[in-house]
Amino acid sequence: MIDRTIRLDRSWSWRSFFFQWEWLLVLIFIAINILNSFLSPYYLDVDTFVSMPMTFLDKAFIVLPMTMVIILGNIDISVGSTVALSAVVMAVSFNAGLPMPLALVLCLVVGSVCGLINGLLMTRFRELSSVIVTLSTMIIYRGIAYIILENQASGKFPTWYSTLGWGSVGGIPIMVIAFAVCAVVFGLLLHRTSFGRRIYAMGSNLTASRYSGVKTGSIIIIVSVLTGLMAGVTALFLSSRMGSTRPNVAQGYELDVIAMVVLGGVSTAGGKGRIGGPLLAIFIIGFLNYGLGLVNIQAQDLLIVVGLLLIVSVLVLNVGFLDRKKRPVSPTRGEKEIQEEDL
Amino acid sequence: MKRAATFSENFRELGLLVFIVILCAAFQIRNHNFLTLSNIRDLLADTAILGILSVGMMMVLLTAGIDLSIGATLALAGMVSALTVFAIPTISPALSLLEGIAIGVAAGALIGLLISRFNVLPIIATLGFMNILRGITYVVSGGAWVSSYQMSDGFKSLASGTVLGVRGLVLIAVVIFVIFAYFINHTRTGRQIYAVGSNAAAADISGIPRRRIILLVYVIMGALAGLAGVLWVAKFASAQGDTATGYELSVIAATVLGGVSISGGSGKVSGLILGTILLGILNNALPLINVSPFWQQAIQGVVILAAVLTNVIVKRNNQRIALRRRAI
Amino acid sequence: MREDLLKESTDVADRILELNHITKTFPGVTALDDVHFDLIQGEIHALIGENGAGKSTLIKVITGVYEPDSGQILLEGKPVRFHGPADSQRAGIAAIYQHVTCYPDLSVTENIFIGHEKVHPLTRKIDWRDLRQRAAELLERLDADFGPRTIMGNLSVAQQQIVEIAKALSTNARIIIMDEPTAPLTNRESEDLYRITESLRDKGASIIFISHRMEDMYRLATRVTVYRDARYVGTWPLAGKKREELIMAMVGREITQFFPKRSVTIGEEILSVRNLSRTGYFKDVSFSVHKGEILAITGLIGAGRTEVCEAIYGVTHPDSGEIALDGKPIQVTGPADSIRHGIGYLPEDRLRQGLVLQWELFRNVTLPTLGSFTTAGWLNTLREQAVTKELTEKLEVRASSVFDLAGTLSGGNQQKIIVAKLLAGTMKVIILDEPTKGVDVGAKTAIFRIMNDLAAQGYGIIMVSSEMPEVLGMSDRILVMKEGKVAAFLDTHTATQEQILSAAVPGSGAA
Repeated sequence: MIDRTIRLDRSWSWRSFFFQWEWLLVLIFIAINILNSFLSPYYLDVDTFVSMPMTFLDKAFIVLPMTMVIILGNIDISVGSTVALSAVVMAVSFNAGLPMPLALVLCLVVGSVCGLINGLLMTRFRELSSVIVTLSTMIIYRGIAYIILENQASGKFPTWYSTLGWGSVGGIPIMVIAFAVCAVVFGLLLHRTSFGRRIYAMGSNLTASRYSGVKTGSIIIIVSVLTGLMAGVTALFLSSRMGSTRPNVAQGYELDVIAMVVLGGVSTAGGKGRIGGPLLAIFIIGFLNYGLGLVNIQAQDLLIVVGLLLIVSVLVLNVGFLDRKKRPVSPTRGEKEIQEEDL
Repeated sequence: MKRAATFSENFRELGLLVFIVILCAAFQIRNHNFLTLSNIRDLLADTAILGILSVGMMMVLLTAGIDLSIGATLALAGMVSALTVFAIPTISPALSLLEGIAIGVAAGALIGLLISRFNVLPIIATLGFMNILRGITYVVSGGAWVSSYQMSDGFKSLASGTVLGVRGLVLIAVVIFVIFAYFINHTRTGRQIYAVGSNAAAADISGIPRRRIILLVYVIMGALAGLAGVLWVAKFASAQGDTATGYELSVIAATVLGGVSISGGSGKVSGLILGTILLGILNNALPLINVSPFWQQAIQGVVILAAVLTNVIVKRNNQRIALRRRAI
Repeated sequence: MREDLLKESTDVADRILELNHITKTFPGVTALDDVHFDLIQGEIHALIGENGAGKSTLIKVITGVYEPDSGQILLEGKPVRFHGPADSQRAGIAAIYQHVTCYPDLSVTENIFIGHEKVHPLTRKIDWRDLRQRAAELLERLDADFGPRTIMGNLSVAQQQIVEIAKALSTNARIIIMDEPTAPLTNRESEDLYRITESLRDKGASIIFISHRMEDMYRLATRVTVYRDARYVGTWPLAGKKREELIMAMVGREITQFFPKRSVTIGEEILSVRNLSRTGYFKDVSFSVHKGEILAITGLIGAGRTEVCEAIYGVTHPDSGEIALDGKPIQVTGPADSIRHGIGYLPEDRLRQGLVLQWELFRNVTLPTLGSFTTAGWLNTLREQAVTKELTEKLEVRASSVFDLAGTLSGGNQQKIIVAKLLAGTMKVIILDEPTKGVDVGAKTAIFRIMNDLAAQGYGIIMVSSEMPEVLGMSDRILVMKEGKVAAFLDTHTATQEQILSAAVPGSGAA
C-alpha cells in the first residue's frame, strides 16, 4: 500500500525563519537609532521616545488600510486629499455652529464617503485602474477643500481638542494608544479573518478568487471605505496637533504612506506582505526624519529621502526577494478582458 | 459603412472644436476682454508650455504609462538653468536650453529604466521621482528664489522674445508639435509606440523592442519637461522651489481631454491640440469671468474623471453592438 | 500498409510541402506519433480530427513554433529546419488562427503591415499612400466590405479574420494554413470565406484547411487527411468519400481506458435550466439534471458549453432564462451565491481560474467556503488544515503535506485539489469543465472514480468534455451543443460516437 498520509506539520528551518524582510527592517531600525544617538546626545531619553512618535503617527493610521490596498494589487493616491477635505469640513462645520463632538464624527463620515466613492468608481467601472480613479479623486477632493476654505485657515477649536493630539493617558500619548488599537485591529483583520484571506487571494489571483466565490466588488468597497475612514482619523489628529486646518494640509501624505507600506515589504504586485513590515517601516521613516531634523535638514530635503526609500524598496523587492516568476507588470489587455465578464 | 466609421472616429475632435467655439463665445459675452489681442497672446504663451508638456505626456500615456514627476523635473531644470545664468550671465540662451533638456533627459532616463528594465510600476516610479527631484530642487536652490534681476536679458528673451511678431515660446511649441506629429504618425518607431500600448503581448511576439520604446517615451518626456522648465522660469522671470507643483495634473487633464486613452494605444495629435487649447482657455478665461481660482482644481479633476468615464461607456457600448452582430 | 496509401495518392514531384515520420512529445503527452502529411502545389487540403488529435501541434511544427523530436520536413523537395516562426514565414508559410491577435486601436493597414512598413530610404518616413493602396488592393481581392483606414477594434471577428488573411497575403505566402477559420463565423460569413479561399487557390497558393465543418471540406478541398490520437490515419481524395466514413476514421478506436461507471439510482430533478440565453454566446438552452445523474455536455470548441456553465455558476450573467435548484427558482448574482446555493464549478483553465498556484493546498481548498471555518470572525487555520488533510487523503492526492504549494502538484492532483474545494462545502450540483484535460491516464481513472462516488452520494453532476470515450463511458445522458444551441439529447446507453459527432458538427446532415 502506498502511504497516502498527508502531513500536517510544516517544514521549518533557521534559514527560512531569518531570511525574511521584517528582520532586515529590524536591523535598519536599530541602525537608525544608533545613528540618531550619535547625532544628538539627548536622543536616548524616555521623553524623546514618548513625544517623537506623535510627529509622524498621524499619517501612520492610513498605512494600515493602505497595506490592504497594495496587497490587493491596487493603489490609492487620494488619501492626502481625503485628509484635507475631512479636516476642512470638520473645521468649517464646527465654526458654523455644529457641536464639536458631532464635527468629529462628521470628519470621519466625510473620510469614509470619500473612500466609498473611490470604491464605487472602481467596482462600477472595472476597466479603470485604481491609478486613474484615485488620481481623479485626489484632485477633486482637494479641489472641494479649496472651494470651501479657499486660502484661509479655520480653527478656533475648543481647548480640549488639542489634548487629542498632544495629551497622554498614564504617560502614554493618546495617539500612540489609538494607533496601537487600530494596528491590532487591522492586523487581526488581515491575518486572522476570512476577510483578510480573501484580500490576499485577490492580490494573488483575481480570476481564481472570483471563480472561488470571493465577492471581489464588496471587498474593494470595504477596503476603500476603511482607507477613507483612517484618513478621517488622521485628519482628527492632525488638526488637533496643528490647532487649525487649511486646504493644503497633508500634502504629500500619499507618498509617505505608500513608501511606508512598500518599505514594509509589501509588493506592489499584490498578494504578499504582512502587517509587521509596514509597522516597522513607519517607525523607521519616522525616526529617520526625526534624526535628520536634528541636524537641521529641512522638510523639503526629506522629500528626497522618502522618495529614494520608496524606489529602492521597490527595486530590492522586485529584484531580490520576490519569486522570479512573479515580477509585477502592468495589466495586459487579456487580463482587462476578464474583468469585463461581470458587467 | 466606411463613411460612418470615419465620422465616429473624428466625432471627438469635432465635438471638442464645437465646444471650444461655444466656450469662447460664452466667455466673450461675459467679459469683452477675452478675445482681445493681448489676452490671446497671453493665452497662447501659457498654452505653449502646456502644449510642450502634453506632447510628452501623450507618448507616455500611449504606452499605458503615466508620469507624475514632470512638474518636479520642470522645476529642477528651470532652477538649475536659472542659477547657471545667475552665475554666468554671459551664457548663451541656447546653452541654457540645452542644460535644461539635459537634466530632463537624465531624470527621464532613470525613470524609464526603472519602469522598463526593473518592472517598477509607472505610478510608483514617477511618484518617487516627483519627490526626489523636488527635494533636489530645494537643495540646489538653498531654499532661495532666483528672481528677475538675477537673470540675463538674453535668458528672459527665450520666453518674451518675438520672431515676426510671434512669441518665441509659441514658435517653439508649434515646432515641437509639428515634429511630434510627423514622428508619431509617419515613422516606424512612432507607430510602435501605439502598438506597445495597444497590445503589449502582441508587440513582444512581433519583435517590437518594447522595453526600448518604453525607455524612449520617458526620456522624451523628461527632455520636454526640461525644456519647458527653462522656458517657464524665463517666462515668469522667477525660479522657485515650488515651481509648477501639481502642474502634471493639468497636463494629464489636457491629454485626457484630447482623447488620449489612459489605458494606452489610442490618441490623435489633432485631439491633443484641441484638448490643450481647451484647457488653456479654461485656465485663462475662468479668472476673467470671476470664477475663483479655487474652483480650478476641482474642475480639472472633474474634467479628467468625466473624460475617462466617457471613454469607458463608449467602449462598452461598442462591445454590446459587436456581440449583437454575432447573431447566435 | 500506410506507405501504400501514400504512394497511391500523389506524385512526389507535385508536393510543395511534405512531413515524414514526425514525432513530437511533451512531458507526459505524445502530441504527434510518427505522422505524415503532404501538400500538393495549388490544392486545398483539409486536415480533420477530434480535439486533441494532433492537428494544432502539426500546424505549430509547420509554422516553426515547435521543432519536431524526430522526422523530416521537405519544402519543395528540399529538407528544411525551422528554428522559429520567423524562419517559416520567410519560407513563405503563413498561418491564420481562430483567435486573432491584433492591435485593436490601430487601423487595418497598420495591422497588416506593422513591422515591415515601407519607408523612404532617406527620411525614414512611412509611405502611407503605398501601404494604404496595397492594403486596399488586398482587401478588394478578399471582397472586404470595409476600408484600409478602419480601426481594427471596430470590426467583427469575421472581418478581423479577413485582415489576418490579408496579412498572410502581404507576405506573399505560398502556403497558407487556416486553422478553424469558420468557427467564429455565421453561415453567411462562411460563404464569403469560402470564396476567398478559392480565389487564393486560384492565384497559386496551396492551402491547408482545418475545420470541423463537413460542408467546408466538401465544398473546398480536394483531399482530406485524418488524424486520430496523435496518429496519422490516412489521406483520401474527397470526391466519393462518404461523410460517415470520415467520421468513422476520426473516432474509430479501441476503448482501452477503463471507465468505472457504476449504475446508480437516479433520483428526482435537482437542477433545471429553461431557455437560458446570452446574446452572442448561446440561445434557448434548456436541460435538467437529476440526483445521482451524470449529464455530459459535449460539442465542438465554440459551441457554447463553457459559456452555459459559467452562466449557471454566476461568473457571467445570462440575458434571459430561468434556473431552478431543487425545485426552487434561484437568482445567481455571482459565484459566491451559487456556492451558497450548492452549485460548484471546476473551471476549464485550472491554472488561471481554479487555483492560486502560489498558495498552499489548504488555503486553496478552503477559499470558497471560508465562512464555515470562521467562528465569530476568527479564521480557524488548524481546522482548515485538518479538513484539507481529510479531503486530500480521501481523494488520494499525491502530496506530502497540506503546506505544499499548489503549483508543485501534477495536473491530475491539481484537479483533485479543486474537487476538494467543492467538497469542503455542501453542494447539490457539481459542474466539471474538462476534468481530465491535461491529466495522465492514472489520474484520469482516479477522477472518474471520484465522479462515481459523488454520483452515488446523490450529487447531480454536469461534465463538459470533448473526449468521446469519456462522454460515453461516464455519463448517463448526453447533451450535444452546436453553435450556441442545443443540438441533441442522447441516452448514453444507446448513443454512438458517430451520432454525437454528427449532431455536433455543422452541416453534417444531422438536425
